[in-house]
Amino acid sequence: MTDIKGADFRSVNALVRNTQGALELTGCRGQRFIAAGSAGREIFIHGTPGNALGAYLNGSEITVFGNAQDAVGDTMNSGKIVVHGNIGDAAGYAMRGGAIYVKGNAGYRAGIHMKEYGEKKPVIVIGGRAGSFLGEYQAGGTIAVLGIGCGGQPTVGDYPCTGMHGGKMLIRGDMREAGFPESVSCRLIGGDELGESADHIREFCSLFGADFGEITASVFTLVTPDSKNPYKRMYVAN
Amino acid sequence: MKKEGEIRIPSGCAIAAAISREGRRFTGELITEAMKPMHDRSNGLGGGFAAYGIYPEHRDEYAFHMFFDSRATRKDCEAFLREHFEIVGSGAVPTRKMPEITDEPIIWRYFAVPLPSVLRSLQIDEKEFVVRTVMKINSEMKGAYVFSSGKNMGTFKAVGYPEDIGVYYKLDEYEGYAWTAHGRYPTNTPGWWGGAHPFTLLDCSVVHNGEISSYDANRRFIEMYGYRCTLQTDTEVITYIMDYLTRVQKLTLREAAAVVAAPFWKKIGQSGGDAAEEMKYLRTVFPSLLVTGPFSIVMGFTGGIMALNDRLKLRSMTVGEKDDMVYIASEEASVRTMEPDAENVFAPAGGEPVIVKVKEGAF
Repeated sequence: MTDIKGADFRSVNALVRNTQGALELTGCRGQRFIAAGSAGREIFIHGTPGNALGAYLNGSEITVFGNAQDAVGDTMNSGKIVVHGNIGDAAGYAMRGGAIYVKGNAGYRAGIHMKEYGEKKPVIVIGGRAGSFLGEYQAGGTIAVLGIGCGGQPTVGDYPCTGMHGGKMLIRGDMREAGFPESVSCRLIGGDELGESADHIREFCSLFGADFGEITASVFTLVTPDSKNPYKRMYVAN
Repeated sequence: MKKEGEIRIPSGCAIAAAISREGRRFTGELITEAMKPMHDRSNGLGGGFAAYGIYPEHRDEYAFHMFFDSRATRKDCEAFLREHFEIVGSGAVPTRKMPEITDEPIIWRYFAVPLPSVLRSLQIDEKEFVVRTVMKINSEMKGAYVFSSGKNMGTFKAVGYPEDIGVYYKLDEYEGYAWTAHGRYPTNTPGWWGGAHPFTLLDCSVVHNGEISSYDANRRFIEMYGYRCTLQTDTEVITYIMDYLTRVQKLTLREAAAVVAAPFWKKIGQSGGDAAEEMKYLRTVFPSLLVTGPFSIVMGFTGGIMALNDRLKLRSMTVGEKDDMVYIASEEASVRTMEPDAENVFAPAGGEPVIVKVKEGAF
């Protein structure tokens, strides 16, 4: 256990780079870029890590006991980020691989411009609810929102999937009236039709102690872009 | 080198605020500490604080905090003030000399009330007269700048990092029931003390993180009503908009928030009912005061604070509370620095004002 209270982000990242194996940080208070670009590390963080936690992450596994701020897993390539709390805005920004699991809620623009290629398929699973512009410009990968403990608040905010043109989104419950744009299609599927996403939800349940059977007893709304050429109607043909 | 006001200044920034709903007064150390974890959001070219309830012994007088470039300017300005105000007290604002803060102007403070004879002859109320005086000094008196003009409140700002500026102005020696703070990240500015936040007019102060895209539309409108934007800084125009909407137009804070961060027409159409009619009315009457582009602000006023994000929420903001205290900051790390056990921590939605008021009679 290393107390990093008051340390600047450079020294924290130097510590991450110079430590082999597992590293447990306590007293974290807003240090940015923790474990950015790192591979092969296992990092446990107590406190509130700063923006761009695990940016460009390249295989390390990060676990946060607390809430994380904005841009968690910005452009991450592979690895895993587990947050036992809420996360701020723009989580998984331009993420292209790996997985982010959040026990609580996500802020605005989670999964903005996520993308996938070949074997690289990023995943974000949000246990609670997600703010507006969820999956904005999503180009690939999977975003799942489970809506656990929403307390009457909507599972997703306004304008979900704006500009979405790839990948898929799964929202627990019938969310077809959540205000999706015309360029995506929504359909209801049963909890037994989740395909490979069932593995991600099972992983979520084992990480946070949720009941897989109970969660998948519900229907899910599956959202996918409805065209291979989603920009066709947005521009004038030349 | 161009001076502030001659050059456009986009900025990043950090904001924070703390308020006791019971009106309990606490020193500026807390809010100074709150800026430390957000150090990297600023670049040392500006920071500042607004404090409410710090001058109870002068609660009936306007506290003018001013920058002067020379003793001669100060003397001239003082002569001007004496023609229109009774100056009850004056003196240098206490500061600590420190290597982090350089190029200090003369920083002076006056406690003053407008002369009744002047108000009678002009037939305007006291606040309007103070506003006109501030506009006149800031736009016409070279080398003099009023950066705080409210009652029982004060702004403290400088070029430097906010955590140093708090020490510089000895904020540990002031006690207020509400504090706001700002760390500035202007990217192409000469960085002058007057351009730091908070921007204030009367007791209304604004700290702002963002870069609004409606500056000129807003400025053109507000300048028709006697406000003069001297620094090309978007925060200055937001401050004047809030003064105009709440003091002159007498809108409630919630209504004022609905003007500057108006809901989309689509959203208004979906909501229906009286609320939709009200939103329609406000958007129709004040279209030029819609503020677009990213912003998160905390506005301070006598007896409370209001936090507000732009309607698309292009900037971050976190709110937490504990007992009688409410904490607001650009980052949760800052809230947790003020109160590690903060409860009900949440991020307000875009355009959703968070209004915190001190209980009546406690300030």
